[in-house]
Amino acid sequence: MAILIDKNTRVMTQGITGKTGQFHTRMCRDYANGRNCFVAGVNPKKPGEDFEGIPIYATVKEAKQASGATVSVIYVPPPFAAAAIDEAVEAELDLVICITEGIPVRDMLRTRYKMQGRKTRLIGPNCPGIITPDEIKIGIMPGHIHKKGRIGVVSRSGTLTYEAVAQLMEQGLGQSTCIGIGGDPVNGLKHLDVMQLFNADDATDAVVMVGEIGGSDEEDCARWVRDNMQKPVVGFIAGVTAPAGKRMGHAGAIISGGKGTAQEKLAVMEECGIKVTRNPAEMGKLLKSVLR
Amino acid sequence: MKIHEYQAKEILREFGVATPRGIACFSVDQAVAAASKLGGSVWVVKAQIHAGGRGKGGGVKVARSLAEVRQLAAKILGMTLVTHQTGAHGQVVRRLLLEQGAAIKKELYIGMVVDRSSQRVCLMASSEGGMDIEQVAASTPEKIHKLLIDPLAGLTEQDADDVARKIGIAEPAVTEARILLQNLYRAFDSTDASLVEINPLILTADDHVLALDAKMNFDDNALFRHPEISALRDLDEEDPAEIEASKHDLSYISLDGNIGCLVNGAGLAMATMDIIKLYGGSPANFLDVGGGATAEKVAEAFKLMLRNPKLQAILVNIFGGIMKCDVIAEGVVAAAREVQLSVPLVVRLEGTNVDLGKKILAESGLPIISASNMADAAEKAVTAAKGV
Repeated sequence: MAILIDKNTRVMTQGITGKTGQFHTRMCRDYANGRNCFVAGVNPKKPGEDFEGIPIYATVKEAKQASGATVSVIYVPPPFAAAAIDEAVEAELDLVICITEGIPVRDMLRTRYKMQGRKTRLIGPNCPGIITPDEIKIGIMPGHIHKKGRIGVVSRSGTLTYEAVAQLMEQGLGQSTCIGIGGDPVNGLKHLDVMQLFNADDATDAVVMVGEIGGSDEEDCARWVRDNMQKPVVGFIAGVTAPAGKRMGHAGAIISGGKGTAQEKLAVMEECGIKVTRNPAEMGKLLKSVLR
Repeated sequence: MKIHEYQAKEILREFGVATPRGIACFSVDQAVAAASKLGGSVWVVKAQIHAGGRGKGGGVKVARSLAEVRQLAAKILGMTLVTHQTGAHGQVVRRLLLEQGAAIKKELYIGMVVDRSSQRVCLMASSEGGMDIEQVAASTPEKIHKLLIDPLAGLTEQDADDVARKIGIAEPAVTEARILLQNLYRAFDSTDASLVEINPLILTADDHVLALDAKMNFDDNALFRHPEISALRDLDEEDPAEIEASKHDLSYISLDGNIGCLVNGAGLAMATMDIIKLYGGSPANFLDVGGGATAEKVAEAFKLMLRNPKLQAILVNIFGGIMKCDVIAEGVVAAAREVQLSVPLVVRLEGTNVDLGKKILAESGLPIISASNMADAAEKAVTAAKGV
């Protein structure tokens, strides 16, 4: 097993006809078991058409009924992306992965409010997606840098996740599942949620947790790790040198009111028994060193 | 995005939030004319810059005659105001807000922000207004009342009344305070604000509530649906390099060091800054060229970094995923030729088509220092910046 997705997962693409949606649907379909996994697309204006053989439906509900897909990936442009998530939640999908960057926070506040008590899990928005190597990739990460293995990776960033994966590969370590939870302040799964899944996953032996400045998600996760985690966790936090009050690219990466500094996060993680490095080039080595 | 106090107050007035009467001024003569127009015998001359701490820095003064208005306006307009938020270089005052004086009985604090952990808008209120609220929060946290607002119901009458009473608003003014708070939330929500701060909110001698100061920030991701707010942007308040960067859709922040960084992805960009520091260097900037960087974008990024007179070296750190390393390498080579690179350039490429990318760099004939990983890249850039 892995977490959340595997080769048997069936996926629909919301925004399959846009440039980004087309490009990445193709890349995902061509990865591992993708040809069997990517079974539907959604576009209210193009029902009955298809994208390179993948049938397009008008709504998420119809796509689910017709194709059996229980997971969706969203490439819809920012003004309409929150509504696309709402639609997937209404249709009671298991998991929604929203790649779209630049969704207004107010839209996400309402969407997250409406998700309370619903079964759907959300990854993102503004994230690279999720991959269970050699089985399925849902998102925009380069598939070929990954290999099946037993290390879980959870991160707020895209390319920094790839960096962590490449460092694991240098140590000869493959991955069970890698998740980019996204850089927005209001999002779906947090480090903590993903850590709980990795803890319960038989196929995961250890976890690399990559965070960045802003918010307190990493601290919350660290406290849970201290009390509950059965597996070694190593971590890195980006942004030790980031000045306060400046938004560092991601909408969520900002030190405000003196809170959410990298130093503070690293200190809490260390107190909670997570081995951390301040050198982003040593995430892989550090993980290797804690393997039993 | 940030706006000035006078602009925030104009927005708040549209939503029915009571503020003192005031007029924005761009010259001393305008300030004197504004004072006569407002009437009365006490005025406040307020420097309009985006940074906080204006009062402590000498940018907010009370005048008791038109002559004094003239004198203070002349003094403040054009001054370089240094506050804890401007940094040591300060910010030149180009605009004033001239307001009628108010008789203050009590100074209170109201703030609204998006709280990430609860995923709600959090209203913060305190009886301790007019001061540094972070200090109040640190020393007497019990004096800060927090309320999470339901995004569908909004701020209810009961909750607003409750907040008003908790911060010590006397019974006769509670209704007025409730209306102000509800209108303030409507303003926050309708404009896609990311922060509203009223510090102080005052209770006047005759028991009215007024927003004596106002600060509003907005969610950049939502500006597409608020052209009227985008129009309030004041480029004088922003770093010229950051303005230029935003034109090319580059995410750029100026820093104090001498090693320019060009990276794809915000997390990796921050990590690159961190590792430069770790190896004893100092980053000159944060620069995320994004996932879909083209050769043109890379060239613009080089030009931006090279505007910085302190620049001693450039470190390019690219993890090519969807973006292929050979494309980036071609962009780097073209940019380096075009801008006639005057500082050492260290390049670290990883990911898709990395070998092809490295070959392009090597065959370019340019003095590019190639690095095998992040640590190697940082070490080489730090050494190169020292000029040894």
